[in-house]
This record gives sequence, C-alpha cells and structure tokens, in this order.
Amino acid sequence: MPLRVLFVDDEEDLVSTVVERLELRGIEATGAVSGEQALTLVERQPFDVVLLDVRMPGLGGLEVIQRIKRTHPDLEVILLSGHGAREDVETGRRFGAFEYLQKPVDLEDVIATLHRAAARREHVHR
Amino acid sequence: MPISPSIDSLDPTEVEAARPYLAGQSAARLRRTMFLATAIISLVPLVIVSFLYYDQYERSIRAEAVEGVSRQVTNVKRSLEFFLTERRSALAFIVRDRSFSELCNVETLSRTMQHMNDTLALGSFADLGLINAAGKQLCYTGPYDLQGRDYHDQDWFYRVGQRGAFVSEVFLGYRHSPHFAIATRQERGSGYYILRATINAEVLAEQLVTAGLTPDDDVFLVNLEGTLQSPSRRYGTVLQRVAIPIPHATGEVQVLKRDDEHHRPAVIGCSRIADSPFVLVYIRPVVPPQSADVSLPRLLVFLLVSAALVLGVILWGSRQFVATLRAQNLKRAELMHKVEYANKLATIGRLAAGVAHEINNPLTIINEKAGLLKDIVNLEAQFPRREKVLGIVDSIAGSVARCRKVTHRLLGFAKHMDVGSETIAVEELLNEVVGFLGKEAAYRNITIAIAAEPGVPNIESDRGQLQQVFLNILNNAEAAVSDGGRIDIGVRPAGERRVAVSITDNGIGIPKENLDRIFEPFFTTKEGSGTGLGLSITYGIVQKLGGEITVKSEAGKGTCFTVLLPVRRG
Repeated sequence: MPLRVLFVDDEEDLVSTVVERLELRGIEATGAVSGEQALTLVERQPFDVVLLDVRMPGLGGLEVIQRIKRTHPDLEVILLSGHGAREDVETGRRFGAFEYLQKPVDLEDVIATLHRAAARREHVHR
Repeated sequence: MPISPSIDSLDPTEVEAARPYLAGQSAARLRRTMFLATAIISLVPLVIVSFLYYDQYERSIRAEAVEGVSRQVTNVKRSLEFFLTERRSALAFIVRDRSFSELCNVETLSRTMQHMNDTLALGSFADLGLINAAGKQLCYTGPYDLQGRDYHDQDWFYRVGQRGAFVSEVFLGYRHSPHFAIATRQERGSGYYILRATINAEVLAEQLVTAGLTPDDDVFLVNLEGTLQSPSRRYGTVLQRVAIPIPHATGEVQVLKRDDEHHRPAVIGCSRIADSPFVLVYIRPVVPPQSADVSLPRLLVFLLVSAALVLGVILWGSRQFVATLRAQNLKRAELMHKVEYANKLATIGRLAAGVAHEINNPLTIINEKAGLLKDIVNLEAQFPRREKVLGIVDSIAGSVARCRKVTHRLLGFAKHMDVGSETIAVEELLNEVVGFLGKEAAYRNITIAIAAEPGVPNIESDRGQLQQVFLNILNNAEAAVSDGGRIDIGVRPAGERRVAVSITDNGIGIPKENLDRIFEPFFTTKEGSGTGLGLSITYGIVQKLGGEITVKSEAGKGTCFTVLLPVRRG
C-alpha cells in the first residue's frame, strides 16, 4: 500500500512540483495551497502523513496542526518552515508534530522523514 | 554590556575624529583656558593686595619719618630761637645799662664782652663794636683789626638803623671768614648809636646738633634765597647755594614728602627762625629698615614664590581636571560606541533574518523544480544529452545548497533568542569543543593548549550555544595560524561574578582597519569560502548569554579573543 501524503504550502508552484516528484517515487501525494483546503481534504480522504508549512496566509500551520490533531490524533504531521524560529519548533512539538524541517529541504530527506513518520504511525496506532 | 572591538585598539586619530570625546587639541585648549582664568583670578588679587600692603607700609614709614622730622625741626628751631633771643637780649641789656662814653672805652667794651662770654656763659661772641649813626666803628674789641671801619653801605647797618635790632645773614665781611652779626640800636639825643656783636658761623652750625639726629639726616640753615648759612652734609658748605628747591618757609613748622635730587624718597622739614633771616631745613631720607619684614625685594620674592606655588597647583589641578573629563568622555564615547554597535548588529540581524526567510521560499521552489527535472531525465531511458542536463541540474542544486547555507546561518544569527540554562564547567566544555575540531589541527601540527587557573567557578549557561561560540572562535584561530602554529586557551575568574576565557593564537592577526568590523554580519576576509556570519553569530550569542566579547589583534603577530561570561545569568 502506497504512502498517502498531503502537502500543504501557499506556494502553488512548489505544491505541484513536490507532489509530482513524490508521485514519481510511488507516493500517493495530494496538494493543498491553504490551511482551509488542507482541513477539508483531511476530512474527505485518508492520509498517513501531512507535510505542513508553518507560515501561510489565513490559517497558519500551527493552527492547522492543532485542528488536525483534535480530529485525527493518529495522523502524523511534519512541519516545514523557511524561518525556523525556536518558539515555532517548541510549539510545533507541543502540538504533536513528528518533525520540524527547515526550507529549502532536500527531497530525499523529506521522503526519509515521511517513511519514519509512517513507520511510527504503524507502530503506535496498529 | 557586550563589547564591540575595544576602542583602545583602534587608531586614536580615527577615534578622535569620529567620537565626541576631548581630543588632544581641544583638551589642550581647555587646559590653557582653565589655567589662565584660574591664574588670573588667583594671582591678580594677590599682586594687588601685596602692593597695597607695600604701599601702606611705605606710607606708614613716611608718616613716621614725617612725625620724626617735625619733632626735630620744632626742637632745633626752639633752641636756635632761644640762642638768638638770649644774645639779642644780652646786647639790649648792655646798650641800656652802659653809657655811650663807657661803651666808647675799649677797656670797658672788652671787659663787657669777656663778662658775657665767661660769666654769663653766653660764650660764642667773636667781637663787639660800637658804631655811630654814620656807620663808623668808634670802638672795637676782638681779634680783628676793625677799629674805624666804615659800615654805612652794608645791608645790616641799613636794617638795624630801620628796625632797632637785627640779626644778619652769614657773610664774609672785612675779616673774610663766615660770620653773622647781631646788632641793637640805642637813641642818643637826636641821633643814635649801634652796639654790634658778631658770632662765627661754626657757632651757628653747632646749635643745629641735637638729640635724635640720625646719621642720614641733613640739617642746615639757608637764607631766603637758598644760600647755605651752615654747612650741609650733602649740599655743600657755608655760602654755597643748595641744589634743591627749598619750600617757602613761614614761622610754622612745615614737613613735606619730597624726593631728593637722586629721586629717593625723603621727608623735608623747614621753618623760618623768628627774627632772623634764617630758614631751618631738615632732610631725612625715607629708607625702610633693611631688617624689616617687608622690603620691596622681599615682597617680590614672596610674590614670586607664592605665584609659582599657585601656578603649580593650578597647572596640576587643571591637568587633573581635564584628564578626568577626558577619561569620562572617552568612557562615555566607548559606551555610546558599544550601544550603537549592538543596535547596528541587532538591526542587521533582523534584516538578515527577514531576507533569509523571503529567499527560502523561492529557493525551495528552485530546488524542487531542479529535482523534478532530474527525476524526469532519469525516467526517460533515451533522454537526449542526458549527461549535460544532469550536470546543469546538479549545478543548480549545488548553488541552492550554497544559498541554503547562507540563509540558515543568517537565521541562526537571529535565532538565538532563547537560552537554555545548566551548570557548566568551562574547562570541561572547552575540552569538548577542542575535540569537535576534528583532525585538522593534528594534521597541520597545530598545538592547542588549555590552561585553567585554580578557583574558576562553574557557570550557569547554555551549553550548546557556548559550544558554538568557542567552536567559531577556534575555527577562526585555526584558519589564522600557519602549520605548526599555536592556540592557547586560558580560563580564569574575572572578579567575583564572571569567568574569562581567552583564546590566543599566533596567526596572521587582524589589520587595524578590519578590527572594528569583524563582528558585523557578512564581513569576511576569507573571500569566497566564508559567509562572514561566524563572528557575528558568536557576538550575538555572547550578548544573549549576558557576556562580553573583546578582541585584540596585531597584524602578523596574532589575535586574542576574550569572552567574559557571567557565573549566574540575569
């Protein structure tokens, strides 16, 4: 069963590119360009891991992770940020983020992290 | 307060030009102005008071002289008038007591004179003569051959004829020896005759000698025209004219302050001797006693010595004052410099973080697009010029990686806001950091020595950030030294509440012009290989940890970074 990933970022171009690259590697990737869209998608279809940008207009990543964790506590979330402020890292961890990656990220690192997150999900929620 | 490159390591002329503390020239000007103002304020009254005092003193000396001279003139005048009156009275008595015929007898006349000189102790009469109204000497007794002499054309004869009694000026007469005459007239029928005695001028001079005459005093008699009637100590002998103007004399005693012919201050007393043509003159030079506490030279010496003392104290004082002022200004300037520098770094830091963040997003897109391109090429088995395209993609990815390195470090520079806290043994931490340096030091044969003084307390700080601080400094030191170089790390307590870590290398050093910029972000001398952020991050961390970092360096000799860390934070 392929890994089901939701990638959320306000940069549409980035979303489409990353989604395409993940799919090339056999990952079932879906893109969302806002926090609101991400929440709708999470309700509509099942995912294993959410890749979530912290700084977005409208609903920010930290808000989104809180809501996701409220309804889907078993869904693993990896935070992405171009900023990497220490307090964001701390807050993200407190809200249950699996990992915090700083942009620009190497796709191989992302995929490795995705697999680790999925593995934990398997391990914890089986 | 963290320290930027310490200000004393900068070129002083540059600092003076740029900073508002007292530069050499204005300090000298201030010192000069202060010195002059204080000197004038303190010395002018001193000089004025000294001279007023001296003037007062001189006045009192003169006043004393005036009083003394006045007393002397009064005494001499009294005794001289008494002397003349006594002799005039004696002649008046004789001329009334004896008849004309008796007086015409030489024997009687001679006896009478002897009687006056010896018995009445009047003395001093040189001769005695009887002269008729025609001026002919009828009878004469004395040492000169004056019998029958004619006096009708002489001044005294004319005067005595008019007044009845007369004292003449000193004159030479027939005897050619200075003398004066006392004459008295006696009526006889319709005519008259005159009894005349003469007294030698020396006798007159003897009368001037009195108690209280000091060796400097000059006392003499002159007539109304200023011709000497008795010898003067300074103005010549009898019948010479005196060289100085004699004040107009009256019967009263007059005392004047007047300079003598050599312009020396003197007191001149004079008085007319009653019923005579004589004017008594008494001159006393005003000479302050040499032993007195105040003389002009002594006063000048006193003035000079006190002026020198005052000037010395003022000079010292103004120097001290200006030096203190200068030091304070320097301190303030240094403080301002530090604040300015810290603000500058903070501003640049915020700016850098903002820029880094904005760049990261497009950088991520570039990275992913390049990755996608690579993926596509790899999927196509027969992609034309595959190697060329893959090379381009790798180059893009490499450049993105370089950019990422920069933005991550920039963010790191701004990131160190929160600080963890744990108890840290500084020496132990330094040992760890030296361990991180890897094998490069060993390959290049660089000696790294840690020397800790006893009694260094453990500190409360953030271990990870401290490691980064020392790692950055040590990396720089390692880059600065040549193969076989040396890096010395010293740990010592700095006062009660701080620990100082100094990292000294014997490498290439930092040129003066770079020294005050090394903590600025993007400042690098490692063209191409460095981001120029290492030391600025180090600076920022030390600041956050509540410490200070200073650097001293000499180009060609080496560099010493000193990090001062608080034992307890806050």
